[in-house]
Amino acid sequence: MATVYVNDKPVDIGNEKLNLIQAAQKAGVLIPHYCWHPALTVVASCRMCLVEVGERKPDGTVVMQPKVVPGCQTPAKDGTVIQTLTSRAVDAQHQTLEDILLNHPLDCPVCDKAGECMLQDYTYQFGSAKSRMIDEKNTPPNKPYIGDNVTLFTDRCIMCSRCVRFTREVAGTAELQIVNRGHHSEIDIFPGEPLNNKLSTNVVDLCPVGALCSKDFLYKHRVWNLKTKESVCPDCSTGCSIHLDGNKNIVYRLRPRYNPQAQGHFMCDDGRLGYHYVNSIERFLRPTVRREGKLTPLPWTEIASLVRRGFQSAAQKDGTSTVGVLSPFLTCEEAYLLAKFIKGLSPQARLALDSVPIVGEDDTYPKDRRGRPTEPVKFTIRAEKCPNRRGVEAILRHFQGEIISFEQVVRDAVEGRVQALYLAAGYPPRPSGWVSDTQAQGLQRVPLVVCHDLLPSPVSNFAHYVLPGAAWAEKDGTFVNHAGLAQAIHWGITPTGEVRTDGQVFFDLLERRGLAHAPTVRKEMAAEVPYFAALAGSDLGEYGILLESSQG
Amino acid sequence: MPIAASDVKWVTTPMIGLIEQLYVPAILQGLQTTVRHAAKAMFGDGAITQQYPEVEPKLPPNYRGVHRLNRDEQGRVKCVACYMCSTACPAHCIDIVAAPSPWPDREKYPETFVIDELRCIYCGMCEQACPVDAIELTTLFDLTGMSRESMMFDKEKLLSVFDETVKAGTDPIRTRAGRLGVASELPADTGLASSSSAQS
Repeated sequence: MATVYVNDKPVDIGNEKLNLIQAAQKAGVLIPHYCWHPALTVVASCRMCLVEVGERKPDGTVVMQPKVVPGCQTPAKDGTVIQTLTSRAVDAQHQTLEDILLNHPLDCPVCDKAGECMLQDYTYQFGSAKSRMIDEKNTPPNKPYIGDNVTLFTDRCIMCSRCVRFTREVAGTAELQIVNRGHHSEIDIFPGEPLNNKLSTNVVDLCPVGALCSKDFLYKHRVWNLKTKESVCPDCSTGCSIHLDGNKNIVYRLRPRYNPQAQGHFMCDDGRLGYHYVNSIERFLRPTVRREGKLTPLPWTEIASLVRRGFQSAAQKDGTSTVGVLSPFLTCEEAYLLAKFIKGLSPQARLALDSVPIVGEDDTYPKDRRGRPTEPVKFTIRAEKCPNRRGVEAILRHFQGEIISFEQVVRDAVEGRVQALYLAAGYPPRPSGWVSDTQAQGLQRVPLVVCHDLLPSPVSNFAHYVLPGAAWAEKDGTFVNHAGLAQAIHWGITPTGEVRTDGQVFFDLLERRGLAHAPTVRKEMAAEVPYFAALAGSDLGEYGILLESSQG
Repeated sequence: MPIAASDVKWVTTPMIGLIEQLYVPAILQGLQTTVRHAAKAMFGDGAITQQYPEVEPKLPPNYRGVHRLNRDEQGRVKCVACYMCSTACPAHCIDIVAAPSPWPDREKYPETFVIDELRCIYCGMCEQACPVDAIELTTLFDLTGMSRESMMFDKEKLLSVFDETVKAGTDPIRTRAGRLGVASELPADTGLASSSSAQS
């Protein structure tokens, strides 16, 4: 048990190995810092975290060191005394900021980082409103291309070297480096070797100022207009925790959210830039029924009762010929509701798992300079490109014990053993597509096909009902990642057009009243499905809840 | 920086005496001004009725009418698409779409810039927020249109208001033509350097 005194306030830090920044954080005191980041090595180069440090001896006397020291590379131990408000510490922070601002341009109005910039924040809290600099500032030319997704505004850089350390330590590919010396140092790449690894855009989040900017988000919006929701990236089964930034029903960007149980601090570019289909104009906007070969729009109320009656009559004739196919892009709650609907028609009705997109193999970082993965692994981009296979499988196991694959459904359909088919797809547009043309041809023999999807596919070309699905950014619910970690997703934008969330559509099919409220459904599901019993509380917390991970 | 307790000066309302408590002198003092203005209007040459619309009124140059988007010396739009005006706008009537600028001396420019003149409350906050003095309110007040759409002023329209007002010589008084705003200048010019601010 170690006690640290932060500004004379004792804080118990237990047995953790912390530096002074982290110890002060425990006491609710912010020690400003730029170069230090919990996921990167310590260099203590920015000098922003200078504090006065001393030691409280067992007899109660305090001995202070005669100078300020960087908090990021000083370990906290029992009896450490941290003073951040003494004139020496305050002056040190003040002077460091003045030095950083000597060459930093005052272009906040046109800088994308403004509003979430650590230099703005610290200058406001610890710095001065004026500059004594009378000479001209260094204005090194910008480097618009240092990578496909990243651009560098060289003059804004404060040389914290976070990005350089990231590419060396986490990505491993070491594209970035510092060239020149002193006030002329710059971040740069080797000629012809751009920053194009799959983790490259993380340097934009790491950059404390607006030097490294994401080309995808560049000048798209000002950050203070964005509304942030906590969500989960749906693009692979790692299930990275993310911040979903949107405004006026448009998703503008995704940022990683720290989650030690899921992925850590970062996220990959595939996931970060893979959200654009949510804003796509090609998405289905209204429920339609195929009449005389043409898709005709109908109100939800009519279409829900038409679909329900179609499935009821099919199930009455032959229960096993009624099939619901659950996509691994559904949330657990939606899968639960749809399973309830299908199994409610007839106990013999069957549930299947829709195709699980697998692309290549798991991609691990760091890599070496030749792109070969090295140990220890710090980040994994998984081959399974869907967020919730395990959650949907748990639902399927609970409702029918076995998991029928999509291929099996297609085989049955070809043999004429499927009379009614509900495809809850909700797939993003990816090169391979979730259903091949031959599979779609096989399904064409089914007399009643409901395609509940986001975008046109070979199935929606002939399906009898095409229902618009809601994208993950529009839904509340739960995703279970590859390791059995259940995390809550929250809607950041509302569905466009007449689109309803999938849960609401299943509510209508089940003839349940009211709005589909994910936490309520989650509670009901937790009571019924033992696998989800741990989710009985209404809140899954910031980091999610690790379900029993013995299966699958 | 947060305000330090030592910088805060507390002011209390002074006690009023017997004369002030009667209020009569204050009322008479106020009436004096009223009578002076009435007399001037009745007997002097200060007739204030204006024959609008036959005679166009000459408005003071700090009047807050229709907006204009200023041009720089090369005739390009001065705006840098920083969204400060739309952020400051209490009526949310400014819509900007920014894009990388086609000119080498600037990073960002407004691809579209639309002000809903019907929604605008003409408070002038956009003008105050602008770091480069690109948006200004002019003395144009008689704004009419046949549809709501025609009252959505886009970039071209707002630039044409600039051209018109420059031609008519009715520049707003707030113009500091040719000079950029406070944020773009060295602190020495702004007077910040001379003022003694409390350093921590």
